[in-house]
Amino acid sequence: MVEKSMTGYRGIAGSILDTFRVGIWSDVVIESSKGRFSGLILPRSETADDKHVVLKLASGYNIGVAAEAITKITEHGRREAHYKIPEKQFPVDDRKPNVTLLGTGGTIASRLDYRTGAVIPAFSPGELYGSVPELADICNLRTEKLYGVFSENMGPEQYIRLAERVGEEIRAGVDGIVIGHGTDTMHHTAAILTFMIQNPPVPIVMVGSQRSSDRPSSDAAINLINAVKAAAEGDIAEVLVCMFGPTSDEYCLLHRGTRVRKMHSSYRSTFRTIGDIPVAMVDPDGIRDLRDDYRRRRDDRDVTINTAFEEKVTILYYYPNMQPDIVDAIVDNGYRGIVIAGTGLGHINKPLYGAIKRATDKGVHIYMTVQTLWGYVQMYVYETGREIMELGVVPAANMLPEVAYVKLCWALGQTGDRDEVRHIMLTPISDETTDREPYNGYLIFQGAIPEVQEFLRSIKR
Amino acid sequence: MSLPFKPFLQMTAEDYHAIGLACGLEVHQQLLTNRKLFCRCPAGRYSDDYDAEVLRHMRPTLSELGEYDGTALMEKKTRKNIYYRIHRDTVCTYDIDDTPPFFPDERAIDIALEIALLCNLYIVGEMHVARKQYLDGSIPAGFQRTAILGVEGWIPYKDRKIGIRQLSIEEDSCREVSDVGHDRVLLTDRLGMPLIEVVTEPDMRSPQEMADVCQIIRMLCRSTGRVRTGYGAAREDVNVSVRGGTRIEIKGVPQITRIPLLIYNEAMRQCSLLAIRDELKRRGVTPDTFLASSHDVTRSVSKTHYLPIRGVMERGHRAKCVVLRGFAGLLNHAMQEHTTFAKEFSDRVRVIACLMTMPNIVHSDTASELLMVRDWKELRRRTRAADGDALVLVWGDEQDTRTACDEIIIRAREATLGIPEETRQAHKDGTTGFERILPGAERMYPDTDLPPIALAEDRLQRIGTQLPIRVWDRIDRYQKLGLPAEVIEPLVVSNRTELFDRLVDELGVEPSFAAVILTHRFKAMRRAGLPIDTLDDQEIHSVFKAHAEGILTRAGVPALIARALGRQSDDGGSPVSAELRAIGPAVSEHEIRVGVANAVTQSANLTFPTSERKHRYLMGTLMSTWYGRAEGRAVADQVAEAISVSSAEAPHQEVK
Repeated sequence: MVEKSMTGYRGIAGSILDTFRVGIWSDVVIESSKGRFSGLILPRSETADDKHVVLKLASGYNIGVAAEAITKITEHGRREAHYKIPEKQFPVDDRKPNVTLLGTGGTIASRLDYRTGAVIPAFSPGELYGSVPELADICNLRTEKLYGVFSENMGPEQYIRLAERVGEEIRAGVDGIVIGHGTDTMHHTAAILTFMIQNPPVPIVMVGSQRSSDRPSSDAAINLINAVKAAAEGDIAEVLVCMFGPTSDEYCLLHRGTRVRKMHSSYRSTFRTIGDIPVAMVDPDGIRDLRDDYRRRRDDRDVTINTAFEEKVTILYYYPNMQPDIVDAIVDNGYRGIVIAGTGLGHINKPLYGAIKRATDKGVHIYMTVQTLWGYVQMYVYETGREIMELGVVPAANMLPEVAYVKLCWALGQTGDRDEVRHIMLTPISDETTDREPYNGYLIFQGAIPEVQEFLRSIKR
Repeated sequence: MSLPFKPFLQMTAEDYHAIGLACGLEVHQQLLTNRKLFCRCPAGRYSDDYDAEVLRHMRPTLSELGEYDGTALMEKKTRKNIYYRIHRDTVCTYDIDDTPPFFPDERAIDIALEIALLCNLYIVGEMHVARKQYLDGSIPAGFQRTAILGVEGWIPYKDRKIGIRQLSIEEDSCREVSDVGHDRVLLTDRLGMPLIEVVTEPDMRSPQEMADVCQIIRMLCRSTGRVRTGYGAAREDVNVSVRGGTRIEIKGVPQITRIPLLIYNEAMRQCSLLAIRDELKRRGVTPDTFLASSHDVTRSVSKTHYLPIRGVMERGHRAKCVVLRGFAGLLNHAMQEHTTFAKEFSDRVRVIACLMTMPNIVHSDTASELLMVRDWKELRRRTRAADGDALVLVWGDEQDTRTACDEIIIRAREATLGIPEETRQAHKDGTTGFERILPGAERMYPDTDLPPIALAEDRLQRIGTQLPIRVWDRIDRYQKLGLPAEVIEPLVVSNRTELFDRLVDELGVEPSFAAVILTHRFKAMRRAGLPIDTLDDQEIHSVFKAHAEGILTRAGVPALIARALGRQSDDGGSPVSAELRAIGPAVSEHEIRVGVANAVTQSANLTFPTSERKHRYLMGTLMSTWYGRAEGRAVADQVAEAISVSSAEAPHQEVK
């Protein structure tokens, strides 16, 4: 008998099942004042109410039967679902490159977890080969599950272990690394890994999916195939994010870990390089460079892992009429670093000046970024900006707020010296700040404009 | 080879009984809502125009219970590029990018529940939205959201009950523009519109019963007045099996009248397949002993005179030959009215290997006009085939021909078992063709994006108290009222049934008269461009009331309505009441006599070629002033009498 706590049934529904001595996987006929229902009792989601029993009908549909109305349940047998992703031995070919897939969460192939209604990922090479056999044409794959968390639960502990494992794999001679990751904070992780893993000789490619892999139209398999291809065959030895380029099933883009951002809550092509252009396009036919100023793959294993991290850092998203007590509260709580996402070229209102001054006097490191995401902080243009700099706020050029946040964590993890922190923050490691913004680094098309419509009609997005 | 069945028109219920025919129906009916089911896009706006295209490839995924669905695997083999044409006005990111759904349209659920209650279904306590996989691309997400609302109901038919297995609410699919080679193009305007699927038990025993029951379900849906009508708004899937056979689903039959012939042909195909299985068994070919092989014969056939194959090498294509041990002679076995067993192979090659130029196979049972005898001889030598073996030749792209050979062998193996489970498409000539492997329960997957939705008791009670009279009860009542069959059906599905009842019960209007006006005459007005559907029941009621009170004649009823609809109403008031006010009191017999006499006198100077022409002239003059106030027959009698009197007085006026 399955543990009751695992079935999701409680309250009225739970006691009805007990009364008639049936449980999940019982094949039953339920008599009720609402009618007669036949099917297999399924587990119930923990977050659903306790008033219904879930049945799988012979047609494959599920329904809920009102527990109160049930007068009788007759069991005709039991059929337990034996869920297994078809597992096949992943073929090994000495001529193919070796790639390690490190998992932190997210799904490539998956199954449903009845209790939570969420999906449980398939992960072993055999499972992956069973669901995405194309991978075997590209490389020899080894997998290792580090974590199984949603990306919002990633934090310093996970960043550090991930960076260390990547270092170990590189030193062990792997030809490329793929990191499976939930998409919500993939750009945070991509940025911090860029700082923690310096000078990698092989590609480190982060990948996820915007549609769970239990959907036929999922982007999971395509993203994975392309990421593995970039890791195995690509020449770009940097931390990259590999996700859908257009919404169509056409190609993925390889984005630099410090310039990429999730820009739509649900769209497939949600990841965009901000203020610059992506590094390359990748599809099963190959990798096409969009720029050539990237670090090349090397044969050596000279990678530097620096996992310093100070947790007492925050992002302050400025809004009009922000009160100084917010800044005071941050300082009083012992924060050592603040990244402000300011308006326009990097502004905040005058009433905050006092609090900002107090903060910098207390040794808090404050950096200015822009909430417009595109463009540089430029604090000389208006008097406001100059005044803010006087208070000790350091402009962070065109660093994205999230990138500035993880970089300040990393910098403060190494030193508390004002000038050293400043030096670390403003010396780019991998384009987190750039000298110039290309004209095609900011492209947000507006629908309905005739030439844009013309473009959309002729190009599959 | 002759057909195993009598000609279609000679088949009797007994004949179908003898083969153990059992049929079930799946009726899809679009619901009349403003928005789509799971997003806020407008429903029912069709256009072939589009702003952009999106490309997708579908991958099979595991079912909830850990299985791959057979159809899904088949669609994977087809390697289709699926292009969706999208228009800003009719689709959003939900439809095209599978962004998370909104809660389902409440009105759609209400309508579906209404129909579920009319079908005597047990209503579920909670609807659980499921994803039903469609890898053919008909839905960009690769699945259709669908949920069961009721199970185990029934509808009456003849003296028995037809079981209704279930009713589900679901989103509609795309419309296909083209499907050529590996490219399929679809329009997305219809995508996501709410519809219901009513599934019957296989309780129908003849093609005619299927058509009858289908008609009842369609009338039942339409009797709510809240479903869409017009071409494609209702579509049927027809499930057919014979004794010893298996369920075959014929998809998307748009017209009920086409159902009987499709069933006849499909039943015949199944009987033929069973006969072939038995013949194979007699020859010692069983699932265990089945043998087949495929061979690249590009070189051997490159010199053939048969044009489609000749020169495959120059085109960079391949020719491949499948040898089916012990199958000789069977490929010409008759299947349906115009097809042979070979078409089973040709269909699979077309659909799965995407070799679409016909003919896409030739086989050794065909007469030798295609390939020469020496070609076949060479092929038999090359493939080491025996005389008892059948050879099937395909040609085209390397990968497509490889897929084709695999499919031919798969299909041949299935022949040793009997009838493969398939969904088949309905052809215009009444035959069916392979569409895909029949999907199973494995393609259902719980939708993790929406929680279960409880169907509250008070909601069901509210809907239950407002149900229209059941369609079979209406038909019964109308038959008892003596209505002719040709008005019963349109009346039942019209939204004027309540009005009809009031006209007959309250006003005592003669039933056939009321029914003909409300159906045929209204239809004619609609065709003439009159906005008949804008008139509310009360306005029509007032016109019939004038008739019942003797103010308006029978002919005056439709005439007044037409006149009211045709006139420009400036004051915004009801044009019907304006017309009714304009009618004078009924013309008495005396007034008719006087009026006729005056008209005859006034026309005394006119010359008519015949007395009928004169009669017609006088009637026209008189009725234009009396229309609706005097019965035409009474006037006509008076006119005839007056003419005969006047011509007797002055015979010289009549000119030949």
